[in-house]
Amino acid sequence: MLKKIFFNLIVKPILLLIMGMNIKNKEKLPTKGPAIIIANHNSHLDTLSIMSLFENKLLKKVRPVGAYDYFFANKYISWVSKNLLGVIPLDRKIKGKDPLGNIFKSLENEDIVIIFPEGTRGNPEEIKEFKTGIYHIAKKYPEVPVIPIYMKGMGKALPRNEALLVPFIVYVNIGDEIYFKENIQKKEYMENLKKIFKNLAEN
Amino acid sequence: MFENTTNNSLIIFGITFIVLIIANIFVMFKSNKELKDRIKSWWIILGTLFFFLFSNNTLLTIFFAFISYLSLKEYFSHLDIRISDRRIVFWAYISILFQYYFIHIEWYSMFLIFIPVYSFLFLSFRQILIGETKGFIKNTAAIHWGLMLFVFAFSHLAYLATFNEIYFTNDGNFLNIVGIELILYLILVTQGNDVMQYISGKTFGKHKILPKVSPNKTVEGFIGGMIGTIGLAILLSFLTPFTIIESIFAGLIISIGGFVGDVVISAIKRDIGIKDFGNLLPGHGGINDRIDSLIYTAPLFFHYINYLYKLA
Repeated sequence: MLKKIFFNLIVKPILLLIMGMNIKNKEKLPTKGPAIIIANHNSHLDTLSIMSLFENKLLKKVRPVGAYDYFFANKYISWVSKNLLGVIPLDRKIKGKDPLGNIFKSLENEDIVIIFPEGTRGNPEEIKEFKTGIYHIAKKYPEVPVIPIYMKGMGKALPRNEALLVPFIVYVNIGDEIYFKENIQKKEYMENLKKIFKNLAEN
Repeated sequence: MFENTTNNSLIIFGITFIVLIIANIFVMFKSNKELKDRIKSWWIILGTLFFFLFSNNTLLTIFFAFISYLSLKEYFSHLDIRISDRRIVFWAYISILFQYYFIHIEWYSMFLIFIPVYSFLFLSFRQILIGETKGFIKNTAAIHWGLMLFVFAFSHLAYLATFNEIYFTNDGNFLNIVGIELILYLILVTQGNDVMQYISGKTFGKHKILPKVSPNKTVEGFIGGMIGTIGLAILLSFLTPFTIIESIFAGLIISIGGFVGDVVISAIKRDIGIKDFGNLLPGHGGINDRIDSLIYTAPLFFHYINYLYKLA
């Protein structure tokens, strides 16, 4: 409920009226869970923009993965992460358990999970090397589609370590579903993802 | 609500929408998607425009300020802006508020000098505070030039709304000057010029006028458009205080200004390497693809009528 109010009254007006979004291939968005969305990451706006693409009905199911030590650092941030965004905590330092455990649980719950394979917000308008967690997730759930989303302009509007939002039109390009092919090796899988993002960036 | 309506503007409103309905019926039998989108967007453009024109001057000024904002943002989004320039871009946006506020309170001299003098001096000052000297000239110039085009020049359209006066002529007659009728006149003649240049270019076009910037524009299109525009300027002169001679000049100014505005925006697009500024108005492109000629005709027409009738 709070999430719905937050998105409809604050996030969407800012993104659509103040910033302006240019969305390509919106019909390729998943219409039901479980699904995995992977995207390049330059700004906090990335998460908000992807989530705001979904209808109200689905919003509850759309959940971004975020680092536990950042998104649950204190009780105020935790409250926002939990109630307004629905962050799936990823504990990078966990011992004994699979760090991806929360993501698996979420996928079994038929959620639409947003993952930023770069791990962190990099320099504006730059794509860093992808981490391999996505390979392990896709391997475990080969029937769950992976949807790549390329974004541009967010890093200019709200870069890392800046609090001042300067409006720019942002671009979102949604790619085709990717399904895990049996016996594909990690290296090949990651190379393939890289190629897909390069393609999305150029079109 | 709708305190600005006048008989003349209602006539124009009626005619515009009859034309639009005819165009809509016409495209229903065509399969050209771009043409259909274009008409659909015209409904939205004209619907919003008339709504704000008829509402009151405060809302109208806010509306034009918002258009200025959208168009400046379109321009900035395509520029290769350095991250260190973010703060200057921010101040450029803020100056929109000042510019339109000065229009709202009708502080004429401030409206004229705020962007050419104060913003001009301030932006470079703010730039040196950040301290990045690489690309200093190029970036400061590109950002301020954007302000001049999409805020300063365009905002003349909004100032026209304040021109409401009864003007006494030398022979004892009086003329009723109405701001929103002047705006309608300017917009209709400017858009009419676009259309007529296009049509006469398609029909008679042979000699290219600016092959490097706009390969589709021809000398014949330009001349034919100019003749048609002068005709339209005379036909619609009941919206203005103009005599026949003055309307002919107005048509001439709008025709030449509209052409130049169009090709200047085209040159920007060619330089950046884009076809359209955006897709906010399906079938037209972005805001800047629609208001390109108005950016030039607004200040030219404004100072022409102000020179003749001393309105500001």
